[in-house]
Formats: sequence, C-alpha cells, structure tokens
Amino acid sequence: MSFGTPSVTTVLGAEDIQRAVTRIAHEVVERSKGAADLVLLGIPTRGVPLAQRLAERLAAIDPAFDPATAVGELDVTMYRDDLHRNPTRALGVTHLPAAGIDGKIVVLVDDVLYSGRTIRAALDAISGLGRPRAVRLACLVDRGHRELPIRPDFVGKNLPTSTSERVQVRLTEVDGGADSVSIRGRADDAGRDGAEQ
Amino acid sequence: MKHLLAAHDLSLDEAILILDTASQMAATQSREIKKLPTLRGRTVVNLFFEDSTRTRISFETAAKRLSADVINFSAKGSSVSKGESLKDTALTLHAMGADAVVVRHWASGAPYQLAHAGWLDAAVLNAGDGTHAHPTQALLDAFTIRRHLVGRRGGRRGGRHGGAGGDGVGADLKGLRIAIVGDVLHSRVARSNVRLLHTLGAEVTLVAPPTLLPIGIEAWPCATSYDLDETLARWHPDAVMMLRVQRERMSGGAGAFFPSPLEYARRYGLDQRRLALLPEHAIVLHPGPMNRGLEISAAAADSPRSVIVEQVANGVAVRMAALYLLLAGGSSAEGTL
Amino acid sequence: MPAYLLKDVSPLGESPVDVLLADGVIGALGAPGTVDAPAGAVVVDAAEHVLLPGLVDLHTHLREPGREDTETVESGTRAAAAGGFTAVHAMANTSPVADTAGVVEQVWRLGQEAGWVDVHPVGAVTVGLDGERLSELGAMAESKARVRVFSDDGKCVHDPVLMRRALEYVKAFDGVVAQHAQEPRLTEGAQMHEGIVSAQIGLAGWPAVAEEAIIARDVLLAEHVGSRLHVCHLSTRGSVEIVRWAKARGIDVTAEVTPHHLVLTDELARGYDPAFKVNPPLRTADDVAAVREGLADGTIDIVATDHAPHAREDKDCEWGAAAFGMTGLETALGVVQQTMVDTGRLTWADVARVLSAAPARIGRIDEHHGRPIAVGEPANLVLVDPAATRAVDGGAQQTASANTPFQGRELPGRVVATFLRGRATVLGGTPVPAEGAG
Repeated sequence: MSFGTPSVTTVLGAEDIQRAVTRIAHEVVERSKGAADLVLLGIPTRGVPLAQRLAERLAAIDPAFDPATAVGELDVTMYRDDLHRNPTRALGVTHLPAAGIDGKIVVLVDDVLYSGRTIRAALDAISGLGRPRAVRLACLVDRGHRELPIRPDFVGKNLPTSTSERVQVRLTEVDGGADSVSIRGRADDAGRDGAEQ
Repeated sequence: MKHLLAAHDLSLDEAILILDTASQMAATQSREIKKLPTLRGRTVVNLFFEDSTRTRISFETAAKRLSADVINFSAKGSSVSKGESLKDTALTLHAMGADAVVVRHWASGAPYQLAHAGWLDAAVLNAGDGTHAHPTQALLDAFTIRRHLVGRRGGRRGGRHGGAGGDGVGADLKGLRIAIVGDVLHSRVARSNVRLLHTLGAEVTLVAPPTLLPIGIEAWPCATSYDLDETLARWHPDAVMMLRVQRERMSGGAGAFFPSPLEYARRYGLDQRRLALLPEHAIVLHPGPMNRGLEISAAAADSPRSVIVEQVANGVAVRMAALYLLLAGGSSAEGTL
Repeated sequence: MPAYLLKDVSPLGESPVDVLLADGVIGALGAPGTVDAPAGAVVVDAAEHVLLPGLVDLHTHLREPGREDTETVESGTRAAAAGGFTAVHAMANTSPVADTAGVVEQVWRLGQEAGWVDVHPVGAVTVGLDGERLSELGAMAESKARVRVFSDDGKCVHDPVLMRRALEYVKAFDGVVAQHAQEPRLTEGAQMHEGIVSAQIGLAGWPAVAEEAIIARDVLLAEHVGSRLHVCHLSTRGSVEIVRWAKARGIDVTAEVTPHHLVLTDELARGYDPAFKVNPPLRTADDVAAVREGLADGTIDIVATDHAPHAREDKDCEWGAAAFGMTGLETALGVVQQTMVDTGRLTWADVARVLSAAPARIGRIDEHHGRPIAVGEPANLVLVDPAATRAVDGGAQQTASANTPFQGRELPGRVVATFLRGRATVLGGTPVPAEGAG
C-alpha cells in the first residue's frame, strides 16, 4: 500500500491501443467469417469512440462493412442493478442502426471489463431491442474480478489488477490529449469516474 | 432532487436535464418492447383528490413502463365535504411503503405540505394543485415545443453528445415566442408554463380578457394582451397554447367572467381565420380536454399544426423522466427537483 | 383578599412609585418608600416594571356555547388574564348565536363564575348572523349582560338598509355597531390577500376594496343618521385613510387593529401553512406600515386581539380546508411592545390608551376599566416586566387551542401580575384561580 501521492502506471500508450484495436478488428472478421451482418454497439462513454475506431478498421479490412450503417450506441443506465446505490445518473443515448439488430451479430464494445455487471445490463437492454443471432463482447482491457459468468470474446489487453487499484482509460475523442490506459495504485480511493470498472 | 412540486423550483440545467431524459424515454416508447426494468420494486402511489382520468393514466403508464408497482388511491372529500384528512392519508401511504406519491389536489399547496410536513418521506410529484402549479404539464409542453421548433430561432445547441441534438436534445428555448390564450386566472397550466418557458429562455405573451388575468400579473415574467388577433398578426408567435375554458365560469350570474360562450369564442377562440395568421412553422398546443368550438375550433384542433395528440404521448415520456430522476438514484441529496 | 404593595413600579412607564392595592381599589400611591403596607399585605418588588390599567379586549372569541372543544369561557378568560386583560368582549358567533338576552346572560354568567376577567358579551346584530333581520338588540342591552357592543363579526352586515337600521336603533341605549367589513360577493371563496403573492401561489384573492368599500359606506351612513360606528380589525392602507378622512369630517367612528396585522404580511402564505390564514387576511408590507402609522397617530383607536382559537384538525391540513383565525390574548401585549413601543412609535401611556382606556370607553365599561392610575380608582391593573423575553409556544399557552402565527418567535415583555378589583388573577406570571371559582 502506498502513502502520499498515488502511483500512476501507464500500461498502454497510444500506439499500443492502436495496435490492439487493429488486432481486435482482424479477430472479429475472422471469427464471423467476414463482416456481413455485423453490428457494433459502443457502450457510453468510451465504448462509443472505440466502436467507431473499430468500425473504421473493419471497413479497411472488409469494404463490405459500412461504418455509417453498422455502428450504434447502447446506453445501459436504465438496466443497471446498482442505480439505487449511487446518485442519479443522467441517461445516455441509445441509437441503433436503421436496419436494427434482429438476426445480426452484435458486438458490444466497451473500454474496461471488470465485474461484468455493465455487460449483463447491456444484454438486458438488447433483449428489449431485438433478437440478434449472436452477441459478442470486445473490450480494450480485461482487468479481471468478474462477479457474473460473463467472458469477453475479444480483448485488447489482459490486465491483472487488485480491487484497490483504479484503471483509467483516456481517449482523445472524450478526454482530449493522447490515448492511454493507466493504473492508479491508491488504496482508499473510493471515487468513480466513467472509466473505472 | 427529492420532489417535483412546481416549475418555479427548476433551474435551467435541471429543466434541460428532465427534457433530455424525456428524449431518451420517448425513444424507448417507440420500440416494440416499451418496458424497462429501471424502477422494479418501487411503489408509486397515484393520490388523486380531484378526478382526472387522463393525467392519472399518463402517470400510471409512465410508472408501469419503468416496471414500478402502481397503486391508485382516489381520495374523497373537498373543501366542503371533508373526507379523511390529508395527514391521515399521508401517514397511511407511509405505512404502506410508498416510494413516490403522485398527487393531484383541489387545494393549492397540498403537494408542498405533503413534501414538507414530515408525514411521509416518499418523493412527491405534483400532478396539479388547485390553481397553483402543474409542472409535468409544463415540461411536456416545453418538450413538445422543443422537438418541433428548436433550430428555428436559435436555441442553445450542442447536446451532451456533441451531435446534431436531433429532437432538440441539449437545447433550451431561447428566442422562441409562445402565446398562451385563455383563462389564466384559474389556470395552473398557465402559471407553470409561464415560469418554465421563461426559465428556458422563451418569450411568453398571455392573451385573455381582463377578467381572466390575475391582479399582480405585472410581476410575472411575460407580456399580456387583451387582443388575440393583434398578438397573432404582429407578434408572430412560434407556438400557440390554448387553455381550456370552463363553461361554468360564464354562467355564474353577476359573477360570470364572460358574458357568453359565443362572445368568448368570437374574441378568443382559435378558429380557421386566426390559424391562418400564424407563421407556417407555428404549432398549436392544448393541455386537454378540449372544448371543440369554444376555445378551439374543430378545424384548428385537427389541423396539421396541432400537436395536441403528440402532447399526450410526450406526457408519458416526461413523466417517465420525472419518475426516473426522482426515484432511480440513491436518496443522498435533499431538496426539490 | 390580601392587599398588595407594588414597590418601585413605573405607572405608564413614568417615574417609579409605590402603589398599594386594598379593598378592591388603589388605596395609596406615593414616592418609593413612602407608602406603608398594612399587615398581611403581599409585597411585590416591581422595580423596572411597568404598571398599566388592566387591558380591555374589544374583540375576542370565547367559543362557548357550542365549540367548547376549542375554548371555553373559563379557558379563554384565563388566557386573557395571563395576557394582562381584566375585561373582554366576547363575540356573538357562538352556537347558538348570541342574539337573545338568554344567550348573552349565559355567557356573562359563565364569565362571572370563572372569575378571571369581566366578560362583556357582544350581541349579534342580526338573528342567527343571517344578515336578514335585526335581533332583539334592546333586550340584550337591558339584560344582566348590559350589552352595548353589537356585531355580526365573522360575517359582514352587508345589506345597506339593515346596517342603517342597526346604526339608528342602537342610539337608544348608547350602543355601537362593530362592523366586520367584508363585502361577501367580492370575497367568495377567498383564501388570502389578493395581490402579487396570491397570483403566484394560486390562492383565491381577498381584495382590499372589499374591506374599504364597506367602511366607506358605513362611515357615511353613520354620519347621515348621527350614530357611532366601530370598525373591527382594519387591515389596509385604504381603510386607514378612509377612517382618517371620516374623523376629520367629525364622524363618530372608532377603529381597531389586531396585533398580527401590525407585523405579519401575505408573504407568509408562500409556505401554505394555515397558521397564517386569517380573516381579514395578512396584507402587504405597505399596509402594515400604514396601520402602524394609523395606530401611532390615533386614526386607529385601539388594538383588539380577535383571539380565534381553532381545533388542531382545522389547522393541520391543506390551506383551502383550514379555518381562518389566530389565538392572540397571550401574545398581544408582547407584539405591541415589539412593534410599537420598542421602536419608539408608542409610549407606555399610549399603550394604556389603545389597549385599555379607549376600548373601555368604546364598550362603555370605562367606569371600571381603563381608569387612570390614581388613588380611589378600581384596582384593575396589570404589572409588566418589559425587559423579559420569551419564545412563543402555542402548545404551552393558557388558551385551549394552539394555533398561533408566532410559534417560536421571541417576544419582549412578560405579564407578572394581573389584578381584577384588587384580586390577583395572575401572580408571578402564573394564573391564580379565585377561591371557590368554578
């Protein structure tokens, strides 16, 4: 346990993140044998720009994939199981592609996978929106400590952490500046920001 | 953000938060599955001391779409025939474990008392009290106006998501002109709308005969006019809201506020001719229920400019937003929404 | 009944003297140390205290007969004594209404038996307060209650012909009609003062003109028939100006203001707390300023409490369902001291005038009450400690009801002792029941 200023360790820099997204894009295409019927749904806040970047990579790999019609946003606030434990959360936008998700392969995109509860809420949200053929999960970082039987299909980096640490993701589109993923080692830090999971 | 008692209590940011939340709620209501699990396990009581099927159903729908349990309590009694006291009713609801009480009451100030008297600690939503306030009506009116008109004359842009803010999300109503026509004196809808529209940056003109404008209205943040034709022709409102007129007010003998329904309709009714004076983009609102042929002609009510039916749908979304914002989060913060 | 020697007391706030009360009158009065106390006399150290003639309330609601759940003659007069009063006029809107000799004699007798103050029943102007025909004013005047003040208070004598008849008729026995000025048609369903606040908070308004128009009519009627008129609980600037004009014309009109109208405004209605619901309603700050000026310059002759006790369930509810009225017997002197004496608008001698001498004269009981503090006068007196302060607690008052707008408010002054014909009804700030009294 450290005292004084919290220790901050950068575990992924901008280039690492870029490579990770590219690799995930290839894995996604490989797994679904092409990009047809794929729909990416980014989970706010930082899952949204990640989904957009992933979509651009997919389009570069398979021109049949059109980011304009196959990317959306899925706000899970109304399906969370911890609403009552926190101050009221503002709702985010849910925006599906015009063709919907019935029969599609939906890939949920989020920055950090932790307890799995956000994804559980996302699955509930999806059940109210349509019936995909399959739902897969892509995350930039898996930091372990699952509380539910949820596992990712595509991972940028596996990052073992202790529960006392906080994982902070910074993306240019949301935070300005350079992309980074860092770990803060302060033991008693109880605050939550959008990136900590 | 514990209660929603009056539009007067809402800051600009709070008002926009409710409207934006209502946008997201409205989006869910166009899906096949309209139900969300968000308020599962919460109990919402509709406590109506005044008959109102429409508003009650709207709140009931809103609560049920969020998976809350709904109990309808139709309380008897009036200023003349006293039923069970407000206090005893409140204590009963507290014992029953109500998380939120939606209250409509004939006495101005009753929701305020419920919220502050210490009889219960549920969230209190005012569904209309006497001639004082009807905040959710004003919110759904503002929501409807924003949806149709933002982008016309300014309005703050740049929603939270940095996008087009389609639907007006993130925006206020700055620069818009709204005319509210009818019995202002007895109207809680008018009071709440004047307050909320002002907070959102719109300009309001109240149009009514002198007998139906209250003493003290000079202190309100709006203009007044006795002449509907002049207001429509010269001021070019972007939206016209017609208030319901009660026929009883015209037949009270010496105390009648207006000589006859016919004279009222002639001077203050929205008919085809007046409809044509409106700018092309202008919309027509009415809180309902309408007196077709009195304050609004059938043609005006059914015209393409009328958004009256849409107001009803928006009412559900706005009430879902209000219930969400009051009930979903932890009860750490005190005060009214 | 023991004698009382009040030492070092300031009569009407003037230089200290010793005063001896014996055999029901002021027996002796002299420089401090020069008055001997007879054996058995109770000596009261009254240094820094003010001695006033016992207060006289021209406008109280004792609620008996009919609403003994809210107040009885016994509890109400005990509250009056605690507030420094030695005489009260009990309004007629009881159940049954005090419109016959029988009812007024009953109330008078109850007052006698309780023994706290002299109760002078007010007779209703119209039968059943219906405003349709005169009640037997003469019979009430001749009864043991010797009624001289007549009022339909609670309601207005609004019919102009009826008011004319009443004003004329009472001349025969030196009576006075005390009008509750409220044009009923202009105030149907009214809840509070009609103004900026009522428009904002959505409560039906009670316009000032509904009071002023009646007063204007009544002073002209009184002038025309040569009768005297008393205006109850005047509350607006316009009313003060009309009375001032009438007096300048030589019209025999007197006017009263309540303590609450001297200090509270309609802004208090914003919280919808029925503790502030009263008739006539609390008005604007400008009206409060006007009635204070009127009281200071004599346009308003007296302060009267309009003490109106109400059951808890009639105040612990929505504003629209709540009863109008506030208790006031035990807070009147403190409010007058706070708003008028401590601010320099009135002296203690003025207080004696507006709370004792003038109401006694209007009610024609000035042979016994509101007398000068001099040897030989009846010992109807109140001893006040002006330096003490207390926080008002509605539930702790002597009155049987708790509805007060001053809950929690710090008021100056404390009634230390009240004497009714030389007998202490209050001593050491506490009521003292009469021997053998009911």
